[in-house]
Amino acid sequence: MATTDTLRPMGHSEPKDERLARIQKSLRRRRSAETRFRIYGMSAVAIACGFVLFLFASIMHDGLPAFWQPALQVKVTFSPDVVKVAPKPEKAPGQSPAEFQRANLDWQREVTMVNWNRVIQDAVQAAAPDVELAPRDVQAVVSPNQRFKLRDMFVENPGLLGQTVDVSLLASANVDVWLKNNIDHTLGDDRQQLSAAARQLVDRLYENGTIKMVFSTVLFTNADSRGASAEAGLLGAFIGSLYMMIIVIVLAVPIGVASAIYLEEYAPRNKLTDLIEVNINNLAAVPSIVFGLLGAAVFINYFRLPLSAPLAGGLVLTLMTLPTIIIATRNSLKAVSPSIRQAALGLGASKTQMVFHHVLPITYPGIMTATIIGVAQALGETAPLLLIGMNAFVATVPTTPLDQATALPVQIFLWEGNENRNFFEPRTAAAIIILLVVMLLLNAVAIYLRSRFERRQ
Amino acid sequence: MKKALLTASAIAFALAASAGYASARDTIQIAGSSTVLPFASIVAEEFGNAFPDFKAPVVGSGGTGGGLKQFCEGVGENTIDIANASRAIKKEEIATCNANGVNKILEVQFGFDGIVFATSANQGDFALQPIHVFKAIAAQVPVDGKLVANPYKRWNEIDPSLPDQEINVAIPGSNHGTREVFQEKVIAAGCKAAGLPEMEKEAMEKVCTTFRQDVVVEISGDYTETLARLQANPATVGVFGLSFYDQNKDSLKVATVAGVTPSLETVASGEYPVSRPLFFYVKGEHIGTIPGLAEYTEFFLSDQMAGQGGTLEGTGLIPSPDATRAQVLEAFKAGKAVGTN
Repeated sequence: MATTDTLRPMGHSEPKDERLARIQKSLRRRRSAETRFRIYGMSAVAIACGFVLFLFASIMHDGLPAFWQPALQVKVTFSPDVVKVAPKPEKAPGQSPAEFQRANLDWQREVTMVNWNRVIQDAVQAAAPDVELAPRDVQAVVSPNQRFKLRDMFVENPGLLGQTVDVSLLASANVDVWLKNNIDHTLGDDRQQLSAAARQLVDRLYENGTIKMVFSTVLFTNADSRGASAEAGLLGAFIGSLYMMIIVIVLAVPIGVASAIYLEEYAPRNKLTDLIEVNINNLAAVPSIVFGLLGAAVFINYFRLPLSAPLAGGLVLTLMTLPTIIIATRNSLKAVSPSIRQAALGLGASKTQMVFHHVLPITYPGIMTATIIGVAQALGETAPLLLIGMNAFVATVPTTPLDQATALPVQIFLWEGNENRNFFEPRTAAAIIILLVVMLLLNAVAIYLRSRFERRQ
Repeated sequence: MKKALLTASAIAFALAASAGYASARDTIQIAGSSTVLPFASIVAEEFGNAFPDFKAPVVGSGGTGGGLKQFCEGVGENTIDIANASRAIKKEEIATCNANGVNKILEVQFGFDGIVFATSANQGDFALQPIHVFKAIAAQVPVDGKLVANPYKRWNEIDPSLPDQEINVAIPGSNHGTREVFQEKVIAAGCKAAGLPEMEKEAMEKVCTTFRQDVVVEISGDYTETLARLQANPATVGVFGLSFYDQNKDSLKVATVAGVTPSLETVASGEYPVSRPLFFYVKGEHIGTIPGLAEYTEFFLSDQMAGQGGTLEGTGLIPSPDATRAQVLEAFKAGKAVGTN
């Protein structure tokens, strides 16, 4: 009791139980304040998780079905009546390689001119023998670029002439929409994407098992397509993003780490370095679109790099990532305990030896994390790429960083704007899933590398 | 780590070296109108498939104005070769082009597109006249021979035949060629029909082209953005290209203009009043430098692409008559540039 009294200088005449009640009341108040705060915190976390879950659930719900798309399993006959081409040129003795190449190209062009639609028409007719099919309906059902698939098969193996083989032909985007109920089946003919006859044909082929849902490999093996939406894929955008990431890693990491080491370990503290430091911090906060403008002005207009090329995109993203890497590296250098520095110097190591042999290795996990966070940020960046022409339609997969390409997030943006909404809405969600998976993989690599490097010490 | 750094810098060096080699672009670069974009993309893709010796051209958007701005930036590898346009090039744009050394602007007109007014599919039927649209969106309208601030709040106040629905219109932004055609073919006609009081020409022009901001939304993106507007606020009337409407008939309901329902047939015959020619402009200076430029243009104008029954007709293009296309191709081959005569 005496201690309580000394703790409460003002109270001298307060009865004991009254005082107890007061203490208990204040305790209750403090405890309930704590409970309230816990509840606020938990509900904040719950709301955040709810949003994330909702986002994931809705993307998965929209996007997962797009990984499967309908294809017609038909028997294709390369009938000599339709495929009327000369035999594939053989290399004649005495023919120069250039001449042979020319003859080969001419032959390929001839093969392209074959009426492949007729071949497809016959194959589909064979799958539905008892009805007379109009060519227009068959063309509406089979994806238009499948004729090039047949052409490529034939170019690869001219021995197919006169033979019948099993081929899986992708169905068109509108068939996909119809079979997945992404369009209201009760709408009148004038508001449907497919004609009544084509819809009947699709239903029939689906019932007799000719049309099957197959895993959509084209999504991973094709570049974008407009003429044949069902065959639009992400490979072109993925390779474009990959080139840009390589450029970012190759340029931003050495430059960023080197400048961080210099600024942290060697540079004198004066007004100039302060100014540089302030500027680097500000650069990290500059909106990415500004880097896009800068890139368009410097890399495209001044250095005359090609438009839409991953090289220019990678350089812009490098500029954007540099401050992130410099700041994170400096922070991890700062966190290295001075005792290590002093010990190294005390044993006679030079400053450079001290930095590279003792300080830097400790910071590897930090640098690694910074790099991967920076790269992941660059991977998801769209705005600056729009300004250097990377939001273009590119039908081919880029082979070098100088070829025109898009990037994964830009491809998502482009698909979102496609006029065939019913087909591309799920396709866009599928692309988002793929982008998220790539991001998660990158982060997983970051965590793995960090834990590995940490264990070494 | 040291080794990694070395390899890294070696790769960086190789990349920098390859940048110098960038000077031979072999892919045609296209930008411009989002109305032309789907057509140009399809032709580009087919071109890459049909000609194994050329690469498929790359097609960007940015609107007619944006595309022509890029087009006129100059001559060289880092400028685009073709600008897609949903209106003819303007005098000022030709002047900019010429000032930057682009003198051989080859115009290619390849077909037509209709501009349609559409609402969400579950809305009332609109039978519009140009005057209705003008009265709905103009900032000032004539009432009893005097100009007053636009008093209309609902469509049926303008004309009892229109649905009882709040006025909300989404029109293309000024970077789009569609906007110009909309203004010229719908608003100008409506303005004339509304019978403005006597005034000077310039003032009249201003009345005809000033819209009220509270009910008009200008869309600078593409038609999907307009469609999103319609889905967010179903009481919106949106302006679309006919080809876009064609692909989204399940969610859009089209309005008749002057009593005519827009369709491939009515636009081709000229019955439907709001249509416009579609163009692309080829940079003559680049022919011969960028491989495939002339071939692409010829392929675009061929029967199998832009002709009657060609691939593009299937995606909503209204083809020009064969004779017109032949003339256009001839002028292109002769190298007849715009603005030189």
